[in-house]
Parts: sequence; structure tokens; C-alpha cells
Amino acid sequence: MDGAVIGIWLAALLTLGIMSFVYRDNLYYKICEAIFIGISAGYWFITFFWDSLYRIAWIGIVHEGRYVLLGGVILGAMMLMRLFGKIGWIARWPLAFIVGATAGLKMMVYFTTNAMAQIHDTVYDTVTAFSGGDLYNLIGRLVILLGTVTGLIYFYFSKEHKGIFGGVAKVGTWFLMITFGASFGYTVMSRMSLLLGRIEFLLTDWLKLVK
Amino acid sequence: MKKYQYWLILVALIIILVIVPKPLEISPTASVIVTILLGLALIWVLVLTIRGHLIGRRVVFLFIGASLALPFFMNFEMPFKISPEVKTLYDALAKLPPGSKVLAAFDYDPPSAPELQPQADAFMAYAFKHDLKVIIMGLWPQGPQQADMAVAKALRQPEIRAKNLRYGVDYVNLGFQSGNEFVIQRMGTSFSGMFPRDIYNTDYNKIPILNGVENFSNIDFVFNLSSGYPGTVEWVQIAVDRYGVKLGAGNTAVQAPSVYPYLSSRRLTGLAGGMSGAWQFELATQEPGKASTYVLPQTFSHTVVIAFIIIGNAALIVGYRRSKRGEA
Repeated sequence: MDGAVIGIWLAALLTLGIMSFVYRDNLYYKICEAIFIGISAGYWFITFFWDSLYRIAWIGIVHEGRYVLLGGVILGAMMLMRLFGKIGWIARWPLAFIVGATAGLKMMVYFTTNAMAQIHDTVYDTVTAFSGGDLYNLIGRLVILLGTVTGLIYFYFSKEHKGIFGGVAKVGTWFLMITFGASFGYTVMSRMSLLLGRIEFLLTDWLKLVK
Repeated sequence: MKKYQYWLILVALIIILVIVPKPLEISPTASVIVTILLGLALIWVLVLTIRGHLIGRRVVFLFIGASLALPFFMNFEMPFKISPEVKTLYDALAKLPPGSKVLAAFDYDPPSAPELQPQADAFMAYAFKHDLKVIIMGLWPQGPQQADMAVAKALRQPEIRAKNLRYGVDYVNLGFQSGNEFVIQRMGTSFSGMFPRDIYNTDYNKIPILNGVENFSNIDFVFNLSSGYPGTVEWVQIAVDRYGVKLGAGNTAVQAPSVYPYLSSRRLTGLAGGMSGAWQFELATQEPGKASTYVLPQTFSHTVVIAFIIIGNAALIVGYRRSKRGEA
């Protein structure tokens, strides 16, 4: 029996172990779960060790003399200080650096891409759709515009949702519900795909029932 | 039923599956009969529910399992139509002249492989057949390994094997780089700054395919396969909006709804979302693969899920009426 066959049997038994949870929580499932978590943690540790610490930091600094990388190494080492009770506060400095840098980048890109650019395109596409002559496109654009405006009104809390304002906010709620429904539908589709991948593995690679 | 009886059924099932003739395929007529039986069973569950006999959750799991497994043996032709978003993705790839440099960002891991690996396989085979130069990278640790699998699969095709494609000249794998969206940001000015070496530790400057590739301005198209963060959203926000990259994407179904707004505003050239997107992408590129096999089981399972939503609502209404009657 070669390594591949052993691997397939092992993968199949572990898959069945995880699937056994649909019947009820059991020891077989718990063992498979523990193996999965352990291997995942080990894999991530090894990946980051070789990719970041060795391939980038060690080779970069020691072999290529890119001393600017020392900054990252020092910040990384400071992060580990949280493991030591008394000097744990040192870990806040690299954390502040990460939060600051990420917030700076995210704030800018979200404002330009998700706010400004999207608003521009929503308005621009609706205006151009009127002169385009394509009725289907025009209706689609008007629906997007209606959804955007009513959705925004729903999240406007400085005025009580009553009368016409309340009615428009209600339309916004419907748009949100449809969006959540579509999102949920896609999520179900994705989860089915994951299960499908495992079932295909069991039927094809393990049991050889499918070509 | 006693506990050991469940185990006996399971063991018997495995023994049957092991001794059954392989590969197992059922005729179109038998496929129709199995489908009808599945439909009748669902109707029976609905009738039971309306009559007040609620079924257990394990029965639901059993139906889902059957709806996913049985179609693998069936002979059905699925009607297909390529959606506009997949068509535009394919069109963007088709417009690239031979020799174009395509950056393929593999931002996913094995759990998302059922949806994304078929897209990766189809993309890689298409790129190699049309002489596109592929530069692989990943913001997820296992992404470049998934890419390697797609490359190996494509290279097994006789037409591609005949081209004698060479690593480093026709394609390269730069590997994984940690740093999420900051990697994309840095690549805007310097690829080599983020990827000083490829996965085989070859120096960036010694790889022929990367000659003259300094930043995004030297890339003709970016194809991103993504299943979450960091992924397509970050590529749009930074690579597209800041550096004017032309981006096409393949996404898991979970992520697709969050990416659609970028598609309608043309920040994204095209999108293959979920299994149906993967299937359509395979059809468009004429590279039939696993998604073409998966689409029938997925259609069946979706139908069963919809049926159980109806059954669940029926149970809710029945329960509501009963409690009302009880109150009266």
C-alpha cells in the first residue's frame, strides 16, 4: 500500500469523523476536530516561520543587508512581550503601529472606493441610462438608485420614521431584506459547495464509485 | 432505533459501497425515476408536516446528503447560459494578445477549493493555451500551493505539454507574502520589494519572465481568486482604484454579494461567483472540469433546501394555528 492510498484512507476517515457530528457530538468527532485544529495551528506556525522569519527577515537582513527589515523584527519581538506579565505593556506599541497604519490605509480606500466612487457611478450611470435607449438598463439603474436612497434614509435616525419619511424608510427596509436574503442564499450555496467537495472526494478518490 | 443499529446500517452501507461495481453510473431513465422518488419523498415530508408530524433534523441531513451524492451517478444534461459577468471576464481574457503578462493572485485555501479550484484549473489551462505569461502570487499561505496544483493539471494536457512551457520563462510562482492589503499597496511601486525571491528562492532579477516587471504598470491583467480577506475587495480598493489595474475575479459564493457593487461600477472587469460562476467560466473558456460535474449535485441540493424552507414554513404555520386553537 503506497503513501497516496494511506493518505486517501486517512482523509476519508477524518472526513467521516467530522461528518459524524450531524448525528450527534461524539468521541470520533472530537478526535478529528482536535487533529484538525492541531494541524492547522502547526501549519500556520511553520508557514509564517519560514515565509516571514526565515525567507524575508533572516535572508533579507543577514544575507542581503536590508537592515530596514530590522524595524519589523523589533516590532514583532515587542509584540511577544505580552507573554511576560510585567513588561506586557510593551506589546501595545507594535499594536498601535498596526492599528494606526491599517486605519490610515482603510479610511482612505474605503472613502474613495466604497463611498465617493460608488456614489459617482450610481448617479452617473443613472443619468447616462436615460440617454442610452436601453429600457432594461434604465429600469435596473433606477432600482439601484431607489435602493441606495431608501437604504440611506432607513439609516437616518435624526428624524422619526413617520409619515412619508417612514414610508420611504420602509421601502429601504425591503431593499435591505432582499439584500440579506441574496447574501444568505449565496452563503448556503457556498456551504453546499464545501460539502459537495468532500462528498465528491469520498465517492471519487476513496470509493472510486465515480469516474 | 438502538444505537448499535445505526452503526450496523453505516457499516453495511460502507460494505455495499466497497463491493458495488465501479464506476457506478445509472441510465437517464433510472435518473429520472430517482429524481421523482426524491421529489415524492419531499412531498411526503410536507404532508407529514401539515398533519402535525414534525420530522427530525437528521432526516433533513439525510435528504441533503442524498441530494448531493446521488446526482454524481446520474445522466442529466444541464441547460446552460453564460451570465454577463462571466462573459465580460472571459472577454477580457480573450482580448489579451499572446505574451501578455497576467498576475494571478490566489487568495484562498483548501476549504474553498470546490468553488475556486475549477476556476483556477480553467484559467491556467486557458492562459497556457493562449500563450499568456502567468505570474502567480498569494496573500493566503496556501494560495500558491493551490496554484501549483492548477499548473500541474494544466501541464498534463497534451496540447499544453507540446508547447514545452518553462518555469521562469512562461510562468512563475512568487509564493505567499504576509501583510494583506499592504502587500498590494507596496506592489504598486515595487514587485521585487514584496517578492525578492520566488518559491524556489531564485532571485527576482534572475527570473526571465519578470524582466521589466517593476510594478502594476507592467502587468496587462490581474486575475484574482478570492474567498475572503484579503481578497478581491482589497484588490479593487488598492490595485484598481489607486494604480488603475484591470482586474477580473473568481469568488466564493459567500463573498460574491460584497463584490457585485464593484462590478456594476465597472471597477471589476468580470466576476465568476460561486459554483455556478465556476461552471460558466469553464464553459466560456472551453475547459470543462470539476465545476461541470458539481453543478448537477448543487442544483439538486438547492432544490432540496428550497423544499425544506417551504416545509419549515408549513410547520411554522401549522404550529401557529394549533397554538391559536389551543388558546381558544
